[in-house]
Amino acid sequence: MVASQQNIESVYNLISGIPDPEIPVLTIKDLGILRGVELVNGEYIITITPTYIACPAMGLIEDQIKEILLAHGIQKVKVILTYTPVWTTDWLTQDAKIKLKNYGIAPPNHSSCSKLFSTFEMVVCPRCNSKHTELISRFGSTACKALYKCKDCKEIFDLFKCH
Amino acid sequence: MTTQEATYKYALRLGDDSLILGHRLSELCSRGPILEEDLALTNIALDMIGRTQALLKYAASIEGKEQTEDDLAYRRSENHYYNHLIMEQPNEDFAHTIARQLFVSVFEYLFYTELEKSKDETLAAISSKAIKEIKYHMQHSVDWTLRLGDGTAESHKRMQKAVNDLWMFTGEFFEMDDLDTFLLHHHIAVDVTSIKNEWQSYISTTLCLATLLVPADSYMQTGSKKGIHTENLGHILSEMQYLQRAYPDAKW
Repeated sequence: MVASQQNIESVYNLISGIPDPEIPVLTIKDLGILRGVELVNGEYIITITPTYIACPAMGLIEDQIKEILLAHGIQKVKVILTYTPVWTTDWLTQDAKIKLKNYGIAPPNHSSCSKLFSTFEMVVCPRCNSKHTELISRFGSTACKALYKCKDCKEIFDLFKCH
Repeated sequence: MTTQEATYKYALRLGDDSLILGHRLSELCSRGPILEEDLALTNIALDMIGRTQALLKYAASIEGKEQTEDDLAYRRSENHYYNHLIMEQPNEDFAHTIARQLFVSVFEYLFYTELEKSKDETLAAISSKAIKEIKYHMQHSVDWTLRLGDGTAESHKRMQKAVNDLWMFTGEFFEMDDLDTFLLHHHIAVDVTSIKNEWQSYISTTLCLATLLVPADSYMQTGSKKGIHTENLGHILSEMQYLQRAYPDAKW
Protein backbone atom coordinates (compact mmCIF):
# COMPACT_ATOMS: atom_id res chain seq x y z
CA MET A 1 0.00 0.00 0.00
CA VAL A 2 2.78 2.38 1.03
CA ALA A 3 4.86 1.27 -1.92
CA SER A 4 2.05 1.96 -4.39
CA GLN A 5 1.48 5.41 -2.88
CA GLN A 6 5.16 6.14 -3.46
CA ASN A 7 4.85 4.86 -7.02
CA ILE A 8 1.90 7.12 -7.68
CA GLU A 9 3.81 10.10 -6.35
CA SER A 10 6.85 9.34 -8.45
CA VAL A 11 4.70 8.96 -11.58
CA TYR A 12 3.04 12.28 -10.76
CA ASN A 13 6.43 13.96 -10.34
CA LEU A 14 7.70 12.49 -13.60
CA ILE A 15 4.88 13.96 -15.66
CA SER A 16 3.98 17.12 -13.75
CA GLY A 17 6.86 19.02 -15.37
CA ILE A 18 5.58 18.55 -18.94
CA PRO A 19 5.35 22.03 -20.47
CA ASP A 20 2.17 23.29 -22.07
CA PRO A 21 2.88 23.29 -25.84
CA GLU A 22 1.41 26.75 -26.32
CA ILE A 23 2.72 28.47 -23.19
CA PRO A 24 5.94 26.55 -22.52
CA VAL A 25 6.80 28.51 -19.34
CA LEU A 26 3.92 26.77 -17.62
CA THR A 27 3.69 23.06 -16.89
CA ILE A 28 0.56 20.95 -17.09
CA LYS A 29 0.58 21.01 -13.29
CA ASP A 30 0.84 24.84 -13.13
CA LEU A 31 -2.13 25.15 -15.45
CA GLY A 32 -4.25 22.60 -13.64
CA ILE A 33 -4.48 20.35 -16.72
CA LEU A 34 -3.06 17.39 -14.77
CA ARG A 35 -5.85 16.35 -12.41
CA GLY A 36 -4.54 13.19 -10.85
CA VAL A 37 -2.80 9.83 -10.98
CA GLU A 38 -4.32 6.56 -9.81
CA LEU A 39 -3.09 3.00 -9.80
CA VAL A 40 -5.81 0.51 -10.70
CA ASN A 41 -4.95 -3.18 -11.13
CA GLY A 42 -1.35 -2.40 -12.01
CA GLU A 43 -2.31 0.25 -14.56
CA TYR A 44 -1.65 3.96 -14.07
CA ILE A 45 -4.71 6.06 -14.81
CA ILE A 46 -3.75 9.66 -15.53
CA THR A 47 -6.59 12.17 -15.64
CA ILE A 48 -6.25 15.39 -17.59
CA THR A 49 -8.72 18.16 -18.41
CA PRO A 50 -8.64 20.63 -21.31
CA THR A 51 -8.44 24.36 -20.64
CA TYR A 52 -10.80 25.01 -23.56
CA ILE A 53 -12.91 22.24 -25.02
CA ALA A 54 -11.10 22.40 -28.36
CA CYS A 55 -7.63 22.61 -26.82
CA PRO A 56 -5.50 21.14 -29.61
CA ALA A 57 -2.70 20.27 -27.16
CA MET A 58 -4.55 17.40 -25.47
CA GLY A 59 -3.38 14.74 -27.92
CA LEU A 60 0.21 15.94 -27.68
CA ILE A 61 0.12 16.03 -23.87
CA GLU A 62 -1.24 12.48 -23.79
CA ASP A 63 1.59 11.31 -26.08
CA GLN A 64 4.19 13.05 -23.93
CA ILE A 65 2.85 11.49 -20.73
CA LYS A 66 3.07 8.01 -22.28
CA GLU A 67 6.49 8.69 -23.74
CA ILE A 68 8.01 9.88 -20.46
CA LEU A 69 6.55 6.99 -18.49
CA LEU A 70 7.66 4.48 -21.11
CA ALA A 71 11.19 5.87 -20.87
CA HIS A 72 11.00 4.99 -17.17
CA GLY A 73 9.82 1.50 -17.89
CA ILE A 74 6.14 2.12 -17.13
CA GLN A 75 4.04 0.66 -19.90
CA LYS A 76 0.57 0.19 -18.51
CA VAL A 77 -0.73 3.72 -18.75
CA LYS A 78 -4.16 5.04 -19.62
CA VAL A 79 -4.82 8.75 -20.10
CA ILE A 80 -8.40 9.85 -19.43
CA LEU A 81 -9.87 13.16 -20.53
CA THR A 82 -12.44 14.65 -18.17
CA TYR A 83 -14.63 17.76 -18.41
CA THR A 84 -15.63 17.88 -14.75
CA PRO A 85 -14.89 19.74 -12.63
CA VAL A 86 -14.72 22.42 -15.30
CA TRP A 87 -11.30 23.96 -15.72
CA THR A 88 -10.95 27.50 -14.43
CA THR A 89 -8.14 30.04 -14.30
CA ASP A 90 -8.71 30.05 -10.52
CA TRP A 91 -6.55 26.92 -10.48
CA LEU A 92 -3.49 28.85 -11.65
CA THR A 93 -1.07 29.17 -8.76
CA GLN A 94 0.44 32.51 -7.77
CA ASP A 95 3.75 31.16 -8.97
CA ALA A 96 2.23 30.36 -12.37
CA LYS A 97 0.87 33.89 -12.64
CA ILE A 98 4.32 35.36 -12.02
CA LYS A 99 5.80 33.06 -14.66
CA LEU A 100 3.12 34.19 -17.12
CA LYS A 101 3.80 37.86 -16.47
CA ASN A 102 7.55 37.41 -16.90
CA TYR A 103 6.82 35.64 -20.18
CA GLY A 104 4.92 38.73 -21.40
CA ILE A 105 1.35 37.52 -20.90
CA ALA A 106 -0.86 39.44 -18.46
CA PRO A 107 -2.17 36.87 -15.95
CA PRO A 108 -5.89 36.55 -15.14
CA ASN A 109 -6.96 38.37 -11.98
CA HIS A 110 -9.79 36.16 -10.87
CA SER A 111 -12.54 34.08 -12.34
CA SER A 112 -15.15 36.07 -14.22
CA CYS A 113 -17.13 33.07 -15.32
CA SER A 114 -20.27 33.72 -13.39
CA LYS A 115 -20.96 37.05 -15.03
CA LEU A 116 -22.32 37.68 -18.48
CA PHE A 117 -20.85 40.65 -20.25
CA SER A 118 -18.25 41.42 -17.67
CA THR A 119 -15.39 43.43 -19.04
CA PHE A 120 -11.88 42.39 -18.17
CA GLU A 121 -11.16 44.84 -15.39
CA MET A 122 -7.82 46.44 -14.58
CA VAL A 123 -5.53 44.72 -17.00
CA VAL A 124 -1.96 45.62 -16.15
CA CYS A 125 0.68 45.76 -18.89
CA PRO A 126 3.11 42.88 -18.24
CA ARG A 127 6.02 44.97 -19.58
CA CYS A 128 5.73 48.38 -17.91
CA ASN A 129 3.07 47.67 -15.24
CA SER A 130 0.87 50.48 -16.53
CA LYS A 131 -2.85 50.20 -15.81
CA HIS A 132 -3.52 52.38 -18.81
CA THR A 133 -4.42 49.58 -21.21
CA GLU A 134 -6.99 48.99 -23.92
CA LEU A 135 -8.75 45.91 -25.33
CA ILE A 136 -8.05 45.30 -29.02
CA SER A 137 -9.75 41.95 -29.44
CA ARG A 138 -11.47 39.49 -27.14
CA PHE A 139 -9.90 36.72 -29.17
CA GLY A 140 -6.17 36.23 -29.49
CA SER A 141 -3.53 33.88 -30.84
CA THR A 142 -4.91 30.95 -28.83
CA ALA A 143 -8.31 30.20 -27.28
CA CYS A 144 -7.15 31.26 -23.81
CA LYS A 145 -5.93 34.74 -24.72
CA ALA A 146 -7.30 38.20 -25.55
CA LEU A 147 -5.32 40.94 -27.27
CA TYR A 148 -4.49 44.18 -25.46
CA LYS A 149 -2.50 47.33 -26.07
CA CYS A 150 -0.62 49.40 -23.48
CA LYS A 151 -1.29 53.10 -23.93
CA ASP A 152 1.93 54.02 -22.14
CA CYS A 153 4.65 51.78 -23.55
CA LYS A 154 2.56 51.25 -26.73
CA GLU A 155 3.27 47.53 -26.75
CA ILE A 156 0.67 44.97 -27.79
CA PHE A 157 0.32 42.09 -25.35
CA ASP A 158 -1.79 39.02 -24.62
CA LEU A 159 -4.08 38.69 -21.63
CA PHE A 160 -4.69 35.21 -20.27
CA LYS A 161 -8.49 35.44 -20.05
CA CYS A 162 -10.37 34.78 -16.84
CA HIS A 163 -12.26 31.59 -17.45
CA MET B 1 -37.15 3.72 -28.82
CA THR B 2 -34.85 3.09 -25.84
CA THR B 3 -33.29 5.91 -23.80
CA GLN B 4 -29.95 4.87 -25.26
CA GLU B 5 -31.11 5.18 -28.89
CA ALA B 6 -32.77 8.50 -28.16
CA THR B 7 -29.73 9.93 -26.37
CA TYR B 8 -27.53 8.87 -29.30
CA LYS B 9 -29.70 10.85 -31.68
CA TYR B 10 -29.90 13.80 -29.28
CA ALA B 11 -26.11 14.01 -28.96
CA LEU B 12 -25.87 13.71 -32.73
CA ARG B 13 -28.21 16.68 -33.25
CA LEU B 14 -26.19 18.85 -30.89
CA GLY B 15 -22.92 17.75 -32.43
CA ASP B 16 -24.24 18.49 -35.93
CA ASP B 17 -25.18 22.03 -34.88
CA SER B 18 -21.69 22.91 -33.74
CA LEU B 19 -20.03 20.98 -36.57
CA ILE B 20 -21.90 22.73 -39.36
CA LEU B 21 -21.68 26.25 -37.92
CA GLY B 22 -18.06 25.61 -36.93
CA HIS B 23 -17.35 24.63 -40.53
CA ARG B 24 -19.13 27.71 -41.86
CA LEU B 25 -17.05 29.96 -39.60
CA SER B 26 -13.86 28.17 -40.58
CA GLU B 27 -14.56 29.20 -44.18
CA LEU B 28 -13.78 32.74 -43.03
CA CYS B 29 -10.19 31.88 -42.13
CA SER B 30 -8.04 34.48 -43.96
CA ARG B 31 -11.25 36.18 -45.18
CA GLY B 32 -12.22 38.17 -42.10
CA PRO B 33 -12.91 41.88 -42.68
CA ILE B 34 -10.02 42.79 -40.37
CA LEU B 35 -7.27 40.72 -38.79
CA GLU B 36 -8.83 40.76 -35.30
CA GLU B 37 -12.10 39.48 -36.73
CA ASP B 38 -10.32 36.77 -38.63
CA LEU B 39 -8.93 35.63 -35.27
CA ALA B 40 -12.26 36.01 -33.48
CA LEU B 41 -14.34 34.07 -36.01
CA THR B 42 -11.83 31.25 -36.33
CA ASN B 43 -11.50 31.05 -32.54
CA ILE B 44 -15.26 30.64 -32.32
CA ALA B 45 -15.04 28.00 -35.07
CA LEU B 46 -12.41 26.16 -33.03
CA ASP B 47 -14.56 26.21 -29.90
CA MET B 48 -17.44 24.78 -31.91
CA ILE B 49 -15.39 22.05 -33.56
CA GLY B 50 -14.05 21.12 -30.11
CA ARG B 51 -17.57 20.87 -28.76
CA THR B 52 -18.50 18.74 -31.80
CA GLN B 53 -15.68 16.34 -31.07
CA ALA B 54 -16.89 15.85 -27.49
CA LEU B 55 -20.53 15.42 -28.54
CA LEU B 56 -19.97 13.11 -31.51
CA LYS B 57 -17.49 11.02 -29.56
CA TYR B 58 -20.18 10.58 -26.94
CA ALA B 59 -22.79 9.79 -29.61
CA ALA B 60 -20.48 7.17 -31.12
CA SER B 61 -19.88 5.59 -27.72
CA ILE B 62 -23.62 5.30 -27.05
CA GLU B 63 -24.27 3.88 -30.49
CA GLY B 64 -21.73 1.15 -29.71
CA LYS B 65 -20.97 0.27 -33.32
CA GLU B 66 -17.28 1.08 -32.98
CA GLN B 67 -17.60 4.22 -35.04
CA THR B 68 -15.46 7.26 -34.20
CA GLU B 69 -16.48 10.90 -34.14
CA ASP B 70 -14.76 11.24 -37.52
CA ASP B 71 -16.90 8.48 -39.01
CA LEU B 72 -20.00 10.30 -37.85
CA ALA B 73 -18.82 13.60 -39.30
CA TYR B 74 -17.50 12.32 -42.61
CA ARG B 75 -19.67 9.35 -43.49
CA ARG B 76 -23.20 10.55 -43.14
CA SER B 77 -25.14 12.04 -46.00
CA GLU B 78 -27.27 15.13 -45.96
CA ASN B 79 -30.54 13.55 -44.82
CA HIS B 80 -28.77 11.94 -41.88
CA TYR B 81 -27.63 15.31 -40.58
CA TYR B 82 -29.81 16.98 -37.97
CA ASN B 83 -28.36 20.46 -37.44
CA HIS B 84 -30.72 23.43 -37.27
CA LEU B 85 -31.15 25.04 -40.70
CA ILE B 86 -29.68 28.34 -39.53
CA MET B 87 -26.28 26.70 -38.96
CA GLU B 88 -25.89 25.88 -42.65
CA GLN B 89 -26.87 29.30 -43.99
CA PRO B 90 -24.04 30.93 -45.97
CA ASN B 91 -21.72 33.56 -44.49
CA GLU B 92 -22.82 36.14 -47.10
CA ASP B 93 -21.57 39.54 -45.87
CA PHE B 94 -20.26 40.26 -42.37
CA ALA B 95 -23.71 41.40 -41.23
CA HIS B 96 -25.20 37.97 -42.06
CA THR B 97 -22.36 36.21 -40.27
CA ILE B 98 -22.97 38.33 -37.16
CA ALA B 99 -26.77 38.07 -37.21
CA ARG B 100 -26.54 34.28 -37.51
CA GLN B 101 -24.05 34.21 -34.64
CA LEU B 102 -26.25 36.43 -32.48
CA PHE B 103 -29.34 34.26 -32.94
CA VAL B 104 -27.38 31.06 -32.39
CA SER B 105 -25.23 32.09 -29.45
CA VAL B 106 -28.12 33.52 -27.43
CA PHE B 107 -30.04 30.30 -28.08
CA GLU B 108 -27.04 28.16 -27.18
CA TYR B 109 -26.41 30.10 -24.00
CA LEU B 110 -29.97 29.52 -22.79
CA PHE B 111 -30.03 25.94 -24.06
CA TYR B 112 -26.78 24.75 -22.50
CA THR B 113 -27.60 26.49 -19.22
CA GLU B 114 -30.62 24.16 -19.08
CA LEU B 115 -28.78 21.10 -20.39
CA GLU B 116 -26.24 21.52 -17.60
CA LYS B 117 -28.99 20.24 -15.29
CA SER B 118 -29.49 17.09 -17.40
CA LYS B 119 -29.49 13.70 -15.70
CA ASP B 120 -27.11 12.53 -18.39
CA GLU B 121 -23.74 13.23 -16.78
CA THR B 122 -21.74 13.49 -19.97
CA LEU B 123 -24.13 15.95 -21.59
CA ALA B 124 -24.17 17.97 -18.36
CA ALA B 125 -20.37 18.04 -18.21
CA ILE B 126 -20.00 19.07 -21.86
CA SER B 127 -22.59 21.79 -21.23
CA SER B 128 -20.73 23.31 -18.26
CA LYS B 129 -17.62 23.47 -20.40
CA ALA B 130 -19.43 24.90 -23.43
CA ILE B 131 -21.29 27.64 -21.55
CA LYS B 132 -18.09 29.45 -20.59
CA GLU B 133 -17.09 29.65 -24.24
CA ILE B 134 -20.55 30.51 -25.54
CA LYS B 135 -20.59 33.60 -23.29
CA TYR B 136 -17.63 34.94 -25.24
CA HIS B 137 -19.33 34.18 -28.54
CA MET B 138 -22.46 35.96 -27.36
CA GLN B 139 -20.60 39.02 -26.17
CA HIS B 140 -18.78 39.20 -29.50
CA SER B 141 -21.95 39.04 -31.58
CA VAL B 142 -23.87 41.49 -29.37
CA ASP B 143 -20.98 44.00 -29.59
CA TRP B 144 -20.97 43.78 -33.38
CA THR B 145 -24.76 43.89 -33.70
CA LEU B 146 -24.78 47.18 -31.78
CA ARG B 147 -21.88 48.55 -33.76
CA LEU B 148 -23.27 47.64 -37.18
CA GLY B 149 -26.92 48.43 -36.42
CA ASP B 150 -26.14 51.77 -34.82
CA GLY B 151 -23.29 52.46 -37.24
CA THR B 152 -23.37 53.98 -40.72
CA ALA B 153 -26.40 54.04 -43.00
CA GLU B 154 -24.84 51.22 -45.02
CA SER B 155 -24.01 48.98 -42.04
CA HIS B 156 -27.48 49.60 -40.58
CA LYS B 157 -29.14 48.65 -43.85
CA ARG B 158 -27.10 45.47 -44.20
CA MET B 159 -27.60 44.43 -40.58
CA GLN B 160 -31.36 44.90 -40.87
CA LYS B 161 -31.42 42.84 -44.07
CA ALA B 162 -29.40 40.07 -42.41
CA VAL B 163 -31.75 39.97 -39.41
CA ASN B 164 -34.78 39.85 -41.72
CA ASP B 165 -33.27 37.17 -43.98
CA LEU B 166 -32.35 34.83 -41.14
CA TRP B 167 -35.43 35.34 -38.97
CA MET B 168 -37.36 32.51 -40.66
CA PHE B 169 -34.81 29.97 -39.42
CA THR B 170 -35.18 30.86 -35.73
CA GLY B 171 -38.58 29.21 -35.13
CA GLU B 172 -36.95 25.80 -35.30
CA PHE B 173 -34.95 26.40 -32.13
CA PHE B 174 -38.09 26.01 -30.05
CA GLU B 175 -39.66 22.94 -31.67
CA MET B 176 -40.10 19.73 -29.71
CA ASP B 177 -40.54 16.40 -31.49
CA ASP B 178 -41.24 12.95 -30.02
CA LEU B 179 -37.60 12.38 -29.26
CA ASP B 180 -37.27 15.62 -27.29
CA THR B 181 -40.43 14.89 -25.36
CA PHE B 182 -39.34 11.33 -24.61
CA LEU B 183 -35.96 12.48 -23.29
CA LEU B 184 -37.47 15.40 -21.42
CA HIS B 185 -39.59 12.84 -19.63
CA HIS B 186 -36.36 11.10 -18.56
CA HIS B 187 -34.85 14.43 -17.42
CA ILE B 188 -32.18 14.24 -20.12
CA ALA B 189 -33.34 16.75 -22.75
CA VAL B 190 -34.14 20.45 -22.53
CA ASP B 191 -37.67 21.78 -22.85
CA VAL B 192 -36.87 24.34 -25.55
CA THR B 193 -40.35 25.85 -25.40
CA SER B 194 -39.41 27.10 -21.91
CA ILE B 195 -36.54 29.26 -23.19
CA LYS B 196 -38.38 30.85 -26.10
CA ASN B 197 -39.60 33.93 -24.24
CA GLU B 198 -36.19 34.63 -22.80
CA TRP B 199 -34.57 34.29 -26.22
CA GLN B 200 -37.11 36.62 -27.80
CA SER B 201 -36.75 39.21 -25.09
CA TYR B 202 -32.96 39.11 -25.22
CA ILE B 203 -32.89 39.40 -29.00
CA SER B 204 -35.52 42.18 -29.04
CA THR B 205 -33.60 44.22 -26.48
CA THR B 206 -30.35 43.81 -28.40
CA LEU B 207 -31.93 44.71 -31.75
CA CYS B 208 -33.68 47.74 -30.24
CA LEU B 209 -30.44 48.98 -28.72
CA ALA B 210 -28.86 48.53 -32.14
CA THR B 211 -31.68 50.70 -33.62
CA LEU B 212 -32.88 47.68 -35.61
CA LEU B 213 -36.44 46.47 -36.06
CA VAL B 214 -37.51 43.10 -34.73
CA PRO B 215 -39.06 41.20 -37.67
CA ALA B 216 -42.77 40.49 -37.40
CA ASP B 217 -43.87 36.92 -36.78
CA SER B 218 -44.18 35.20 -40.09
CA TYR B 219 -43.54 31.89 -41.83
CA MET B 220 -40.88 29.78 -40.14
CA GLN B 221 -38.87 27.24 -42.15
CA THR B 222 -38.29 23.93 -40.35
CA GLY B 223 -37.33 20.35 -41.14
CA SER B 224 -33.90 19.61 -39.69
CA LYS B 225 -35.13 17.23 -37.00
CA LYS B 226 -36.33 15.01 -39.84
CA GLY B 227 -33.11 15.47 -41.81
CA ILE B 228 -34.69 17.86 -44.32
CA HIS B 229 -32.33 20.70 -45.16
CA THR B 230 -31.88 23.76 -47.32
CA GLU B 231 -29.72 23.31 -50.42
CA ASN B 232 -26.74 24.76 -48.53
CA LEU B 233 -25.97 21.65 -46.48
CA GLY B 234 -25.17 19.52 -49.52
CA HIS B 235 -22.58 22.06 -50.65
CA ILE B 236 -20.96 22.13 -47.21
CA LEU B 237 -20.75 18.34 -47.04
CA SER B 238 -19.37 18.02 -50.55
CA GLU B 239 -16.43 20.12 -49.47
CA MET B 240 -16.09 18.91 -45.87
CA GLN B 241 -16.31 15.22 -46.76
CA TYR B 242 -14.39 15.34 -50.03
CA LEU B 243 -11.20 13.74 -48.78
CA GLN B 244 -12.88 10.87 -46.92
CA ARG B 245 -15.09 10.16 -49.89
CA ALA B 246 -12.31 10.31 -52.48
CA TYR B 247 -9.81 8.40 -50.33
CA PRO B 248 -11.75 6.34 -47.77
CA ASP B 249 -9.75 5.63 -44.59
CA ALA B 250 -6.97 8.00 -45.67
CA LYS B 251 -4.50 8.67 -42.86
CA TRP B 252 -1.73 11.21 -42.51
